[in-house]
Amino acid sequence: MTSTYEAARKQAAANGAAGLRTEGLRLGYGPDRVVIDELDLELPHGAVTAVIGANGSGKSTLLRALSRLLRPVAGRVLLDGEDLHRLRTKDVATRLGLLPQAPVSPEGITVRDLVRRGRIPHTSLWQQWSAEDEAALRAALAATDLTSLADEPIDALSGGQRQRAWLALVIAQGTPLLLLLDEPTTYLDIAHQIDVLELVRRLNRSEDRTVVMVLHDLNQACRFADHVVALREGQVVAAGDPAEIVTEELVRTVFELESRVVPDPVTNTPLVVPVGRAT
Amino acid sequence: MTATREGSRTRPGFVRSGPDIVATARGGAVSVLIRPRACAVAVGMLGLVFVLACLALAIGTRWIPLDEVVQGVFGTADRTVNLTVQRLRLPRVVVAVLVGAALGLSGSIVQAITRNPIAAPDVIGVTAGASFGAIAVLLGFGGASFGYGGASAELSQVGVPIGAVVGALLAAAIVLGIGGSRSPGGGMAFSAQRVVLVGIVLHAAFMGLVHWGLAAADVDQASKAKVWLVGSLHGRGWEHVSGVSLTLAVLLPVALLLGSRLAALSLGESAATTLGVPVARTQVGLFVVAFAFAGTAAAAAGPINFVALLAPQIAKRLVRGSGVPLITSALTGAALLLAADLLARLAIPSTELPAGAVTALVGAPYLLWLVVRLGGRR
Repeated sequence: MTSTYEAARKQAAANGAAGLRTEGLRLGYGPDRVVIDELDLELPHGAVTAVIGANGSGKSTLLRALSRLLRPVAGRVLLDGEDLHRLRTKDVATRLGLLPQAPVSPEGITVRDLVRRGRIPHTSLWQQWSAEDEAALRAALAATDLTSLADEPIDALSGGQRQRAWLALVIAQGTPLLLLLDEPTTYLDIAHQIDVLELVRRLNRSEDRTVVMVLHDLNQACRFADHVVALREGQVVAAGDPAEIVTEELVRTVFELESRVVPDPVTNTPLVVPVGRAT
Repeated sequence: MTATREGSRTRPGFVRSGPDIVATARGGAVSVLIRPRACAVAVGMLGLVFVLACLALAIGTRWIPLDEVVQGVFGTADRTVNLTVQRLRLPRVVVAVLVGAALGLSGSIVQAITRNPIAAPDVIGVTAGASFGAIAVLLGFGGASFGYGGASAELSQVGVPIGAVVGALLAAAIVLGIGGSRSPGGGMAFSAQRVVLVGIVLHAAFMGLVHWGLAAADVDQASKAKVWLVGSLHGRGWEHVSGVSLTLAVLLPVALLLGSRLAALSLGESAATTLGVPVARTQVGLFVVAFAFAGTAAAAAGPINFVALLAPQIAKRLVRGSGVPLITSALTGAALLLAADLLARLAIPSTELPAGAVTALVGAPYLLWLVVRLGGRR
């Protein structure tokens, strides 16, 4: 079952087509509300990519298209070289996982039951829970540091732990898997934000998972991403290593904000210090 | 499929998975996830349904001892007992169990899809649609002004349930037609919230039509219609069993098959989509199943309120959040309706209340409590 996918993936990697790419992508909501047009974007395989931009710049819309929630008006999204919207739904579910923005858990559900649902694409009425499913569940719980909390109700956890449980659900979907995260730090306090982002980095580094996330915080994007895509009105203003592309000029263009960019005293990545609204 | 091959190579086994047990057979090709707590609750609820059913068979204008009840069921007691049990009490109990189960399932499905504990078929217009259909038949064709007069009794037995089902289908079509919309990005977008909003409006509209009909009709017909409108198990016979039992027999397996998709849907529409569930199609399918349960339940016993709302909530609390407990919700619905009917028969000695009035009296405070609690949390 996974072997055909493995083969396809190796083939794609050999052709240099592994990962997620867009070709002439046009996204919108109705004929006169085009949010993104003619977008050609390559999301580097094996890296953490952060998509940044002002409110309404199209970053969430882009993530919706990448996760197959939104069908492109024109153009294509390619997953390992194949048109994402032509792949079978279940196939996509085992290769690509999305953490929605501020997800709401069903009332009273335990961590284990939540993470189990990540295996829905693999299970059937006859095969409700295989050894493989159990292994994936355990691995996901261990990776997110939730093994000891597995049988706690989600409602009893802190915001950060809850977000980790949702991440566990997503990574239980399959390995290797592309992770799409829509503002994973929303509603979390600063400590929990760092907690979640460090986990994301760990998942990328130790488990070789490609991550694409929408982030609001520029400094967090610089610190935790290998690759930053800056969007403005649906267009890519800059894309690349944050150390190279995040400049005072870029911040002015993307956010209309005057700032000083200095080296982060801890990580030496760019640190954006706002001055005031650009005039 | 290897289903015909003898699975003797590997013996069935049991493995623990947290608090649950995985039963495997055929070398892991077949595996079933068993949740001990959920099973225990379901068995307990089944026992409660059984006890309540026995009580309902024994209690009445005349107390029949349990051993005679059993004989009565098999027709080996004396003639009066046979007749009372087989013709009067047993069908009533069976209708209560089936209608309660259908309502419990219906509410459980609707609440899981809409992710709203206050959503139920009787809140989002389907039951009101059934009422409208039934009242239209009662007043339109059963009315003396149309010259049917004496035939109305027979007509109401066939026509009213059909009217109720047609009304429920009409309401369901409107709710789904307006609640779901074509998304510009692609395919159907289906907002559960919109369904609830449209349903609430529709409920009000249908109830308005019902009351208009009652006001316009002659007093005799209107009072008959009013009795139907409360929802009662009084005088239910075997002829009321067929509709609900058929719906349950056909659609319960469908609902169970869609159970894992329902679990995905309760995570939200985007999460469900990325878990490989065709969201719009599954939602429509499940709504249709839920509305069919609600419509046929109303056809058999009238619009009994609050059972569909309460049963899944009680079941969920007892099972403690593992999936969507469809079977337990069905059993809880059956127990609730049996208990409500018993109470309705016993509360005031000389007369009989309609079961729908009892469920409303219990359900309304619960709904308020739920609103207060939900309001307090956010």
